[in-house]
Amino acid sequence: MEMPVPNPAVLARKARLVERLQAVLPKDAVIHEEVETRAYECDALTAYKCPPMVAVLPASTREVSEVLRICHAEGVPVVPRGSGTSLAGGALPTADCVILGVARMNQVLETDYENRIIRVQTGRTNLSVTGAVEEEDFFYAPDPSSQLACAIAGNIAMNSGGAHCLKYGVTTNNLMGVTMVMMDGTVVEIGGGHLDAGGLDLLGVICGSEGQLGVVTEATLRILRKPEGARPILMGYDSNEVAGAVVSDIIKAGVLPVAIEFMDRPCIEACEAFAKAGYPMCEALLIVEVEGSEAEIDLQLGLIKDIAARHDPVELREAQDADEAGRIWLGRKSAFGAMGQINDYMCLDGTIPVSSLPYVLRRIGEMSQEFGLDVANVFHAGDGNMHPLILFDANKPGDLETCEAFGAEILKLCVEAGGCLTGEHGVGIEKRDLMLVQYTAEDLEAQMAVKDVFDPAWLLNPAKVFPLSESESRRAHKIAAE
Amino acid sequence: MNTMRPETEAELAEIVAGATAPMAVIGGGTRGMAPSGDRITTTGLSGITLYEPGALTVVAQAGTPVAEIELALASENQRLAFEPMDHRGLLGTSGEPTIGGVVAANVSGPRRIQCGACRDFALGIRYVDGAGNIVKNGGRVMKNVTGYDLVKLMAGARGTLGILSEVSLKVLPMPETETTLVVSVLDTQVAVRAMSTALGSPFDITGAAYDPVSAQALIRVEGFEPSVAYRAEHLTDLLKGFGDVCQLDGAQASAPLWHTVRDVTEFHTAKGDVWRISVKPTDAPDLSARMQAERLLFDWGGGLIWALVPQGTDLRARLGAFDGHATIVRADEQTKDRLGLFQPEPGPLATISAGLRARFDPRGLLNAGVMDRR
Repeated sequence: MEMPVPNPAVLARKARLVERLQAVLPKDAVIHEEVETRAYECDALTAYKCPPMVAVLPASTREVSEVLRICHAEGVPVVPRGSGTSLAGGALPTADCVILGVARMNQVLETDYENRIIRVQTGRTNLSVTGAVEEEDFFYAPDPSSQLACAIAGNIAMNSGGAHCLKYGVTTNNLMGVTMVMMDGTVVEIGGGHLDAGGLDLLGVICGSEGQLGVVTEATLRILRKPEGARPILMGYDSNEVAGAVVSDIIKAGVLPVAIEFMDRPCIEACEAFAKAGYPMCEALLIVEVEGSEAEIDLQLGLIKDIAARHDPVELREAQDADEAGRIWLGRKSAFGAMGQINDYMCLDGTIPVSSLPYVLRRIGEMSQEFGLDVANVFHAGDGNMHPLILFDANKPGDLETCEAFGAEILKLCVEAGGCLTGEHGVGIEKRDLMLVQYTAEDLEAQMAVKDVFDPAWLLNPAKVFPLSESESRRAHKIAAE
Repeated sequence: MNTMRPETEAELAEIVAGATAPMAVIGGGTRGMAPSGDRITTTGLSGITLYEPGALTVVAQAGTPVAEIELALASENQRLAFEPMDHRGLLGTSGEPTIGGVVAANVSGPRRIQCGACRDFALGIRYVDGAGNIVKNGGRVMKNVTGYDLVKLMAGARGTLGILSEVSLKVLPMPETETTLVVSVLDTQVAVRAMSTALGSPFDITGAAYDPVSAQALIRVEGFEPSVAYRAEHLTDLLKGFGDVCQLDGAQASAPLWHTVRDVTEFHTAKGDVWRISVKPTDAPDLSARMQAERLLFDWGGGLIWALVPQGTDLRARLGAFDGHATIVRADEQTKDRLGLFQPEPGPLATISAGLRARFDPRGLLNAGVMDRR
């Protein structure tokens, strides 16, 4: 992936910048020695690394505002960072940037069960938001796989999803308000304890803008009462087509499971070898989870079992107790770990209409032959969010490039099938240069116009989301203006 | 007053590109948003372009009647879960509400409290911006974070950023049945507490409204028959401390009641201005007392207040500063002009909104002044 050439004029101002930042932040919150900035050289897209010029760890909205005001005045690009778990390179630095990490801002500011909201600082991890309300049997619904580590700031930037969003939606559907610092240091409050925007839905466009419009320091999130119970059922089929038809039939029958997960044979085999969850060896495996009281669960699973049985399953296994439920999920939840054991892998997250599932899986199989790299598929079938894992060997010259080329072809296939490049990971740098596959230059122009309004100098995370060729004139304008 | 009615997206783009004067953007024209002057309507862009029940997705041209979409969905036992309001009764408008109008005004009904607003169901759009460019954003899949979410920005922008030509929406299965529990409560504070208790229970409430005139809080549950019975029973236990609880007899009694909540039917023939105020639910009792309204209706567990006030009342002045916003839904032109339909935004946000309008509609042609008074 190409990144812009660092601006020498900015690099030359490092000493002055550090001095100014140290004047407004505690000493240990300004990291500028090369050995230390290396800790921020990449996120979870580890194939790409570049230490930032400086990293700062402000502890309050006021400190964030001070940092941005200084960087704005100095014309220094800023890359916001949550926990650095982005799979798309959303927090990848450039050599001339300041990394602004929100990790020190992790407090719960308010829990309000009557209004069913929680207000947190955005450095707080996703899972610990639920942790803060669990004693009252509430939870925060979006549950990305990285939820133990990922920060709410990053969830908002990427509009993160998760396994349970078929029922509960993704971040944008659960975000009610933010405190955000604009690039010039201005602090704005958007939304709050009430529903829907009073004017333009700015919150809606901020969520998912990959840290390019502002730095969100506090968030009001919707919390929900936990259902009385949940239970998964596992079903195995002889073909992807049949499993795809089962998914569609379940949805059409009016049952709305909280999760429908799909694994193909390579994935089943890897998970089985790794986690020994007792999965049947077959072409396609579905895990469907429903929620409610015992009786409601029985009713929904009864309907699902009827549908499943009509399609001749190889196996149909309903969890009889919590232990068995745990084992059903065990393989799925360890899928990525299992793949990591075998090989290096690249995880994509293109989304497709559920109806084109069999076609897309067949084509991925064919392309796997063409590129000579294995693929395992595990994904959220209810909403068509695929996760093809392409296996490669990072130590083998050329393998990463082949893998990336293969990945790009899969994503083009997703778009061609009526879907999109990314369902929940975001564009970052990873899918940046494919944006013109899904959108026209005019479509991207409209999106970039939004950034022009929020960040006219294009200083916030400027080398992400948009192909460099498309954003060049805007970024060039910035350099010329100095 | 001329009305232009393009029949293709290309024609729509051509008209906007060649326009020299501001125009009112309308769908069916039922929601009372359009400013005076020449009109451009999307009703010529009509028809469902794709409906995949197994993927819970419908795509339709912006001018497609809502009724046509609801009918198509019903034939597959599905629906628009966000329950869009029909404004005709309240505003005395005629015409056919369009799906583009629903999205442009982000119109949601009582179920918004449980499943989300129209904007939460909007998966993709095509629109023509104020310069005449055709733009698409989002798509037709439920999870999509490819680039900025202009779908949310356009949903509720009342056509001021562009004219919608096509929308794609997530739909949901129609439940087997529904029921409503009626809790007798005399006091707004107690009613909001009762609704919060229900909404904070695990029993998946899909409607929570309070009518202070009848002194009844309404709690709706939907789903499969045995599940609805189970939840109604537990909710009855949970709520009886707030007042007498009775359960309406079957879906036939429950469904029409929620239509009256959705469309604020009780206000239809009453004289006066109608405001819609979005608040934090527990603030509703105090704020509603400040309104000195002639009639009130609480939806969304108290989070949405409908207020009927004497003609020309500046309700925002009575409310002062609060967590939320107050919008005029029905008033005479003079009052709308004087007060503005929408709650004025704080300085920095107003600057951003104005900046976006200037970029998306540089010549200020589309529904000028509807969202920001000029």
